[in-house]
This record gives sequence, structure tokens and C-alpha cells, in this order.
Amino acid sequence: MKSNLKRRAFVFACVAPAVILFTIFMVVPTFNVFRLSLFQRSTFNPEETFIGLQNFEMLMKDAAFIRSMQNMLLLIVMVTIFTMGTALLFAGILTREKLKGQNFFRIVFYIPNILSVVVISGIFSAIYAPDDTGMLNSILGLFGGKNIAWKGEQHVMTSIVIAMVWQAIGYYMVMYMSSMAAVPESLYESAGLDGASRVAQFFQITIPLIWTNIRTTLTFFVISTINMAYLFVTAMTGGGPNRASNVALFYMYEQKNKSGYGYAMAIGVVIFLVSFGLSALVNKVTEREVLEY
Amino acid sequence: MKLKSEANSGERLYKIFIYVVLGLLAVLILVPVLWVVMASVKETVEHYGNPWALPTHLHWQNFVDAWNKADMGAYMGHSVLVTGLALVILLVVALPASYCLARFKFVGQKFFNTCFMAGLFINVNYIVVPIYLMLADGDKWLKNFLGNTFLLNNHVVVAIVYAATALPFTIYLLSSYFATLPHDFEEAAYIDGAGYWRTMLEIIFPMAKPSIITVVLFNFLSFWNEYIIVKTLVVDKDLWTLPAGLLNLMQAQQSAAEYGPMYAGLVLVMLPVLILYMCVQKNLTKGMTVGGLKG
Repeated sequence: MKSNLKRRAFVFACVAPAVILFTIFMVVPTFNVFRLSLFQRSTFNPEETFIGLQNFEMLMKDAAFIRSMQNMLLLIVMVTIFTMGTALLFAGILTREKLKGQNFFRIVFYIPNILSVVVISGIFSAIYAPDDTGMLNSILGLFGGKNIAWKGEQHVMTSIVIAMVWQAIGYYMVMYMSSMAAVPESLYESAGLDGASRVAQFFQITIPLIWTNIRTTLTFFVISTINMAYLFVTAMTGGGPNRASNVALFYMYEQKNKSGYGYAMAIGVVIFLVSFGLSALVNKVTEREVLEY
Repeated sequence: MKLKSEANSGERLYKIFIYVVLGLLAVLILVPVLWVVMASVKETVEHYGNPWALPTHLHWQNFVDAWNKADMGAYMGHSVLVTGLALVILLVVALPASYCLARFKFVGQKFFNTCFMAGLFINVNYIVVPIYLMLADGDKWLKNFLGNTFLLNNHVVVAIVYAATALPFTIYLLSSYFATLPHDFEEAAYIDGAGYWRTMLEIIFPMAKPSIITVVLFNFLSFWNEYIIVKTLVVDKDLWTLPAGLLNLMQAQQSAAEYGPMYAGLVLVMLPVLILYMCVQKNLTKGMTVGGLKG
């Protein structure tokens, strides 16, 4: 009886601090996002008035909000395709071929992932500078190209996609490499004897066998891209020019000062539901029978 | 025979092609980073010339200006304080919790495990706003009550928020390690008369060292590089951390067209992370398999 009490006291002492911190700083704020979305609360007056779904009704008519959602979805789709595609391809090459300097490549490819988005934005400002001092434009100039306003209204989204893919590629590559390394060599050997080409081996052995890993990363990539898109836009463009690169989370932060916290949180709720829905969708679409080796 | 040598030369071409592509990607990553390092020692006039020209001399004044005039020195101090404190809080809270959640059966164990897992899906960037409101309301209440406010503009509070929001990922990672250990360790320790605390602190935690290192690395990177939470919860710009201060500097310097100190600031943020990375890159890339869910 006594030892049981001791055991309980121990478990309680271990778990309670984590549960308390988690509740105060994650559960309650998440609940408040949903609660506040039904209220009106201006920036300087803490009074909260219940207004039902009015915030959401206003949102549906807010063209700037719809544009920011479109931008967010565009970034999710483009960044996912380019990052995942290239990361898988390079991981496949690096694990299958016996190359010199593998370790060097792995170390270098991972570097962008450890840098702060602020630093990456600084780097890309230098790359995208609109005049001759920009790295990209000066290279274009060598081939007789005209200077391009990379952060202008027309190209800004492409520029953000490039920066985001640059940042994410190494991380996913290293991750896929570690799961590909677990695929037994004998499978490739017998496939090679049967005359399967490298491409066929990649699609029929490698990809199916690491599918669980691909599926998990894709599911979480949606949420992470929403996050990263916001970080990049904040540091690189400030949503401009002319709202061309405004993404949903950035719009939320803008609106908390302009239209009050209730409206901002309604935007938060929509993003939350969309991100959850997209993750569930990706999870469902990528469902396959699990293969084992 | 001829067929074989043709296959070999095809093979060789393929290898060369792969090296070229990989090399190109490495160049695309390394060149911009090195370019910024080079730009950080250029004089102001040089920033208006050819971007590929090497610096005429090493203009260290940029770093001095960034450190003193642009307050990067103070920001660096805040970054070290907040990151260090957050890591300590995180480990003290998350380690025992993960251990119990993974290895003890108790009422609500499953419920708490599910809750922390669900926490992986919570995006920190939108709960920061309610956290800010909670702290601001708390401050107002404190002002009426004590005549003093201390929740906003407080590095300790920022560190606690960092630690709290890192809990789901950290607990997920640590408990998946603890779950793999055989129960014999504890049984032997209990027979020898060690209590729960001693068993955990002296037997289990030392074994978890590799996982703890992974956790510290990932969280160090995310705390050191963070700027949204700090910019929201710390209203007073003088108290910001390095990335937040740098963002401010970038926006200010670009209109003032003083690029030197800005690039010096970039290098100052980048350097500690790169040095650490060079020292521990093996651990970091090894921890990837378990760290697969990082947001």
C-alpha cells in the first residue's frame, strides 16, 4: 500500500509539470483561438462581445483574405512537389550509387535547414536584388538577359517557392536517405539480374518500400509549409508588393491590428481547419498496403 | 567483350553526370552562404559594384558597427539567455514526463499520450496571439493588484513559452526511445533497493544520452532561430533576440542602404549555428530517423 502511494507520487511529480505547461500554453490558447473567433475584440479594448459567426461571414466576402488563402495553397502545392520530388530523387541516387564524398554532399545539403529563416531571407535578398548588384541578375547579364525584378509583383511567388525549396530540400533528402539505407541490398541485386533498370528499381523497389515514411512526411509537410510560408513572407517580402505575396497566416497577423483579435482568430480557425483537412486528405490519398522487407 | 566495354563507358558517363548534378546542387547551396560571409567584410561603396568582386580589404568595421551601433551584442546576449533557459526548462520538464508516459501504467496515461501527440498538429504561429492576449490581460490584472507588470517583455516567460511549445515533439521523441528499453533495468535497480527517483536519474537517463543530445540539438536550432514568438511577446524592441533584431536591422538598413553591418549581422546569427553543426553533424543527421516529424 505504501509503495503504491510512493509510486503514484512519483508519477504525479514527473507528469504534472509537463501537463500543466502544455495546458496553459498550448491547450488553452488553441481553445481560445476558436472561442475568440466568435467574438469581437478590438486591439486596444479588452472587452469581448459575442457576435456569433459574423466574423466568418465577413471573411467569406474579404477578397484580400481569399487571395491570401490562394497564395498559401499555391505555395503548399508547388513547394511540396519540388521539394519532395527532388529530395527523393537525390536520396535515391546518393544511397544507391557508391560515390566518393557522399558525406560531404550530405553535410552541405543539410546546411540550409539549420539557418534561421531571417538569415535565408537576407541571403535571398542579395540573390534577388533588382539591379546589377543582384547575384541572379548579374549572372543573367552575362548571357545578355535583362534585369528582372525578382521580388516584383509578377515574380514574387516564384521567388518565394525557390527560397523555400532551397531551405527544405536537404532535410528531406537526409531523412529519405536514412530510410532508403534500410532497404536490403539483395532486393536490388535480384532485380538487377532480372534486367530491371535503375529507374524501374527506383519506382518499383525503393519508393514502395519507404512509402510509410513518405506518407508521414507528406502529412506533416502541409502543416510545416503553412508555417514556413508565413516565416518567409514576414522576413522576405512583408506580404508585398501590392499583396501579391500575402499568405493566410501573414494576413491574420495584419488583421489583428487592423480589424481586431476576433477577426484575426476567425482567420486562424479557417487556416487550422484547412490545414487539418489537407493533412487528412493527403493521409487518405496516400494510403497503400504496407510492404515489408 | 565489346559489349561489356560499352556498358562500362555508359556506366562511367552516368557516374560523371551524377557528380555534375550533385556538385551543382552543392554549389547552389554553398555559394550564397559564402557570398554573404564575403559581403560582410566589404566596404559600403563595394556593395554597389559587381557582386562577384572580391573585397579589396577586410573591412572588420562592419562587425564593430553591427555589434555596437546596431545592438547585435545585446541581442546576442538575450539569445544566449533565452535559448539556454528554454533548453534547461524543457529538459527538466520533458525528461521525467516522457519516462513515466512511456514506462508506467497509470490512470490517464493513454489520454495524456494522445494529447501530446495531438499537440504535434498545433501550429505555434496562431496560438501565439491568444498567448499574447493571456499575458497582456494578466499584466493588466497584476497592475491593478501589485502595481507592477512582469508577464510581457520578460525573457523568462519567453523561455517558458518556447519550452512549452516544444513539449509535444520532445516528449514524442524521448518516449519512443524509453519505450524500447527492457524492463529488466528497473527491476534490477529496485531489487538493489534504489527508489523510483534514483533509478530514473542514475540508471535510465544516462542511457538515454544519445536521444537527449538529439533533442537538445533540434530544439537549440529552433529556439535560436525563432523570431515570431519573441516579436509578439516582447514589445520592447531593445529586449529582442538575435533573429528578431536582425530582421529589424535588415528592414532599416535596406532603406538606409548600409549593407555592410547588415551582412555582418547575418554572419553573427549564422556563425554559432554553423560551428555547432560542424561539430555535431553526425548526431544531427543520425537523429533524423526519429526526428522525422519536425515541423
